[in-house]
Amino acid sequence: MATGTQIQPDPDSSADDVEPQRASPAPTRGGIHTQGRAAIPDKHLRTDRWWLAPLVTALGLLAFIVYSTWRAFANGDYYAAPYVSPFYSPCLAANCVDMQGGADWQLLGDWWKLSPALIILIFPLGFRLTCYYYRKAYYRSFWASPPACAVAEPHGGYTGETRFPLILQNIHRYFFYFAIVVAGILTFDAVLAFRDADGEWGHMGLGTLVLWANIALIWAYTVSCHSCRHIVGGRLKHFSKHPVRYRLWGWVGRLNERHMLLAWSSLVSVAVADLYVYLLASGAFDDPRFF
Amino acid sequence: MSYTAHFRVWRGDDKSGELRDFDVEVNEGEVVLDIIHRLQATQASDLAVRWNCKAGKCGSCSAEVNGRPRLMCMTRMSVFDESETITVAPMRAFPVVRDLVTDVSFNYTKAREIPSFAPPAGVAPGEYRMMQEDVGRSQEFRKCIECFLCQNTCHVVRDHEENKPVFAGPRFLMRIAELDMHPLDAAEERGLDRKRSAQEEHGLGYCNITKCCTEVCPEHIKITDNALIPLKERAADRKYDPLVWLGNKIRRREG
Repeated sequence: MATGTQIQPDPDSSADDVEPQRASPAPTRGGIHTQGRAAIPDKHLRTDRWWLAPLVTALGLLAFIVYSTWRAFANGDYYAAPYVSPFYSPCLAANCVDMQGGADWQLLGDWWKLSPALIILIFPLGFRLTCYYYRKAYYRSFWASPPACAVAEPHGGYTGETRFPLILQNIHRYFFYFAIVVAGILTFDAVLAFRDADGEWGHMGLGTLVLWANIALIWAYTVSCHSCRHIVGGRLKHFSKHPVRYRLWGWVGRLNERHMLLAWSSLVSVAVADLYVYLLASGAFDDPRFF
Repeated sequence: MSYTAHFRVWRGDDKSGELRDFDVEVNEGEVVLDIIHRLQATQASDLAVRWNCKAGKCGSCSAEVNGRPRLMCMTRMSVFDESETITVAPMRAFPVVRDLVTDVSFNYTKAREIPSFAPPAGVAPGEYRMMQEDVGRSQEFRKCIECFLCQNTCHVVRDHEENKPVFAGPRFLMRIAELDMHPLDAAEERGLDRKRSAQEEHGLGYCNITKCCTEVCPEHIKITDNALIPLKERAADRKYDPLVWLGNKIRRREG
């Protein structure tokens, strides 16, 4: 604020008195009701529909959680040649159906008896759970910390991401590395979708488009990640010494501006891709073939 | 076109106060600060309000209009319905002095705690030469007018007074990011690790990137995306990424 460069000393108190209200008797209530602040009993004075965004976010995320939990534990109807559900790829356990050249690698052996989706979904789940956009989304909508700007949160104390377990949010970049691998495998699955049900190449159906739309959004979301932006160039101090990384940083930055949109789009697309495969595999629907 | 608007303006001091009702004339093209001035002129001559430029550049007239932290001089009356009651309150994260004026000295204290620019050795002031692409990021942060709306809306201190001693707030974490990205800042050569100190001394970990600082910034600075998250990533380089640590040890290459 352009009111001077130094604090004018108050004859009654020290200039370094950071919080004059601390000299007052202990406040009976904290936060915006701390003694010394404007005595307004309301927790907020907002008149707009501030609750709408966190509500819609919570409902959207809950819908996905319910759907993906059902599908991850279902352990069935996830492969309809040549399409595999993104929830079940790669399959690292031995109890997968044969995927005709797909990513059923059985690396863990046959001791795993649960749904194979549970193994691989840890990585995209971790990536999205520690994502800077989703953090904002669930801190606001599930934890009300804060529910909206200038709306008082209900918690008595707050330590943010300074302690376990939330300090683990700092490992987002490792999930980003895994997300690159998973996106690569899903791209492989999308390439395999140019086959027909007998494994012959040079064919295409509606499912091929669904898988390609999904993987395009998955890549866009993954590459637009804040950690990616940091790794490709953001960590540099002198862009002028690294022109290629500077250009990459600029491109990722433009995608990063749409990170929220891509987060939601890719969340919906991955569910739609899985649902499409489910409908095919369960016989509810036949894949329209183009050629 | 003129009309009469209904205002509720907070009147009081650090002991007590209340929202008081006023009916006041509004003319086409006016902003909230104009109405507050008309109140001073016609109905409440002792109403305290801090203001200077009336152009969104001095950062003085920060307040909460209908509960949203805003500059009164940049809030057009045309965004409200004529029948709408408009509530004007002081910033609620800081101690109030009187009426709409708050004591923002918390921010000056935090500003002093941030180590200033460390001049590079062997280059005198006036001899600094920098490439535009190296200073572009910092220039966005230099648009800050220090209205302290971001500090006011940040729930870390707004809702938790006890965090004030340990949390610098978005404006000053952005200042650390600006200096850490400055191509000529020689803090590291002088033994100051800004990334580590942001985490350990200025409370970067308290930020849960819920973006309210960005939402209220009248200069439209992308505080969270361009300053706080990059700073968190830089702190993660230092503290949570053994690969980066090892790479720096082996190569000793300056980014």
